[in-house]
Amino acid sequence: MTRQQTHKLAVAVITIVAAIVVIPIILVIGVVFWNGLPALSWEFLTQPPTNGMREGGIMPAILGTVLLTFGTAIASFPLSIAAAIYLAEYAGDTRLTRWVRMAIVNLAGIPSIVYGLFGLGMFVLFFGFGTSIVAGALTLGILTMPVVISTAEEAILSVPQEFRTVSLSLGATKWQTIRHQVLPNAMPGIITGIILGLGRAAGETAPILFTVAAFYLPELPKSIFDQTMALPYHLYVISTQVPGMPLEIQYSTALVLLLIVLSLTLVATLVRTRMRRRREW
Amino acid sequence: MTTAGNESGDKRTTGGGLRTGEQVRWGERVIETIIKLAGVSVIVIVTLIFLFLLKEGLPTFLDIPLRQLFGRRWYPIEGMFGLVPLLVGSLLVTVGAVIIAVPLGLITAIYLGEIAPPWLREILKPIIEMLAGIPSIVLGFLGWVALAPLIQRMGAPTGLTAFTGSLILAYMALPTIISISEDALYAVPKEYRDGALAIGATQWQTIWRVVLPAARTGIVIAVMLGVARAIGETMAVMMVTGNAANIPKLGPGMFFSPVRTMTATIAAEMGEVAQGSLHYSTLFGIGIVLFLVTFAINSLAARLVGTGGARRTRRGQL
Repeated sequence: MTRQQTHKLAVAVITIVAAIVVIPIILVIGVVFWNGLPALSWEFLTQPPTNGMREGGIMPAILGTVLLTFGTAIASFPLSIAAAIYLAEYAGDTRLTRWVRMAIVNLAGIPSIVYGLFGLGMFVLFFGFGTSIVAGALTLGILTMPVVISTAEEAILSVPQEFRTVSLSLGATKWQTIRHQVLPNAMPGIITGIILGLGRAAGETAPILFTVAAFYLPELPKSIFDQTMALPYHLYVISTQVPGMPLEIQYSTALVLLLIVLSLTLVATLVRTRMRRRREW
Repeated sequence: MTTAGNESGDKRTTGGGLRTGEQVRWGERVIETIIKLAGVSVIVIVTLIFLFLLKEGLPTFLDIPLRQLFGRRWYPIEGMFGLVPLLVGSLLVTVGAVIIAVPLGLITAIYLGEIAPPWLREILKPIIEMLAGIPSIVLGFLGWVALAPLIQRMGAPTGLTAFTGSLILAYMALPTIISISEDALYAVPKEYRDGALAIGATQWQTIWRVVLPAARTGIVIAVMLGVARAIGETMAVMMVTGNAANIPKLGPGMFFSPVRTMTATIAAEMGEVAQGSLHYSTLFGIGIVLFLVTFAINSLAARLVGTGGARRTRRGQL
């Protein structure tokens, strides 16, 4: 075989492998839409499940996931954004900073089920919140911190240095500069991070298993100390724990979850693209 | 950037100047302290996670003799807490996932970086990013209703095997592996490629003999993070690996037998145990093992990144 032939063969093989990676992704999303759309209806989205979850809708699970996602936002973002400001604006190349960065890397790598154990140990038992929305939201909040911090830090760093120099030279203090010049300009990037984090939180199952998720709870939660159903756990329950569950309902539930999570990711991507296009400094 | 934003910003900072310098300095110090505390909080949180795992899980290592922990039987109801089947289960599924995902991911990164026309690249990258966004429970669900029956039809005694888990895990790890490999390939100086092409090498020879060796460290990091991702995955694995806590016989067939991973054990059994029982703390003990393993891998990978293997130059590009 000549060198040219080897080259052509290699390129062909590489292209086929790339197809092997990409085609199943499209297939997965296609299959969920194809099988999930027929049973998707207004009633399915707005009614509670009936007959041992084999009929009716999934409204309590959708609402639970929405509530949890909001709770996650409240639990995670003030701290995450402050941490991002610290890393981008205040942290020098000190040992402490390196430790903080190391901690973020490790936080991002902790398995989601371990977050569940931690949430159970700290929020459910030690703080005595019980299996509740608070406990679940706090657990998910910590889980989203690495994503939010990294994205927000990147956004803050991308604000040109000149903005800071000019503001400081006009007599503004460092915090005034950050508050009025840096943060407003970094906001689209920070929002992207927030939405990405929420997308991750909305789809997680393992961290909510022992901290908030209810197997079957047709009535809605009355306070943040109540349990709630949640879409990811509901999908797990109806596909493995309930015998005789109609397949259409399982697929439709998967579709609703996929739509919620992917639309969050899509919004984040759009915000980021708009930000990049607008940036002409 | 629009000038409007700057003007309003200027007005506000002038307003701030009306305060006395003393007040500003004092307020500034409070805010800076809060921000610094927020930064340090991340370290506190990681420590807290470990401490709470220890608090609940320590009895495992104190009350169960080590010989029993390294036993081959996991029958918690009969008081047998041998972790070996679970370790083997996690190991098999993870090794399988890495064997599948690393070549696929690396080659896809080469395709995206060196071969694909730009327009196709712009389509493929978001699709791969989308994969990272699909919740693991959705992939687990599809594995359970679609992939497992398919594997059974191909001749395995059951569709719920270590291999089924590996396959799903491989696809879950792919976005990470592809993105890090891409960064690693991107960090190889253009002069290397130009030099190789100039002395008459084909594009493939350049990739194989010049680009890949230069990207070595980055590829190692990709493998490590792939392992860390795979070993910690829970829901999808729990749904498709059959959850049998036995040790398959050594040989290629072991990938096609049902296994039970550490993560799946925690998820499946925590709901049924009495708080404070030995079984309960053993599940936390497994959590400690998972925490330490992923902590070690991630720290090592972070250190490798720091030494300049895959220079993630995003900051400069933005």
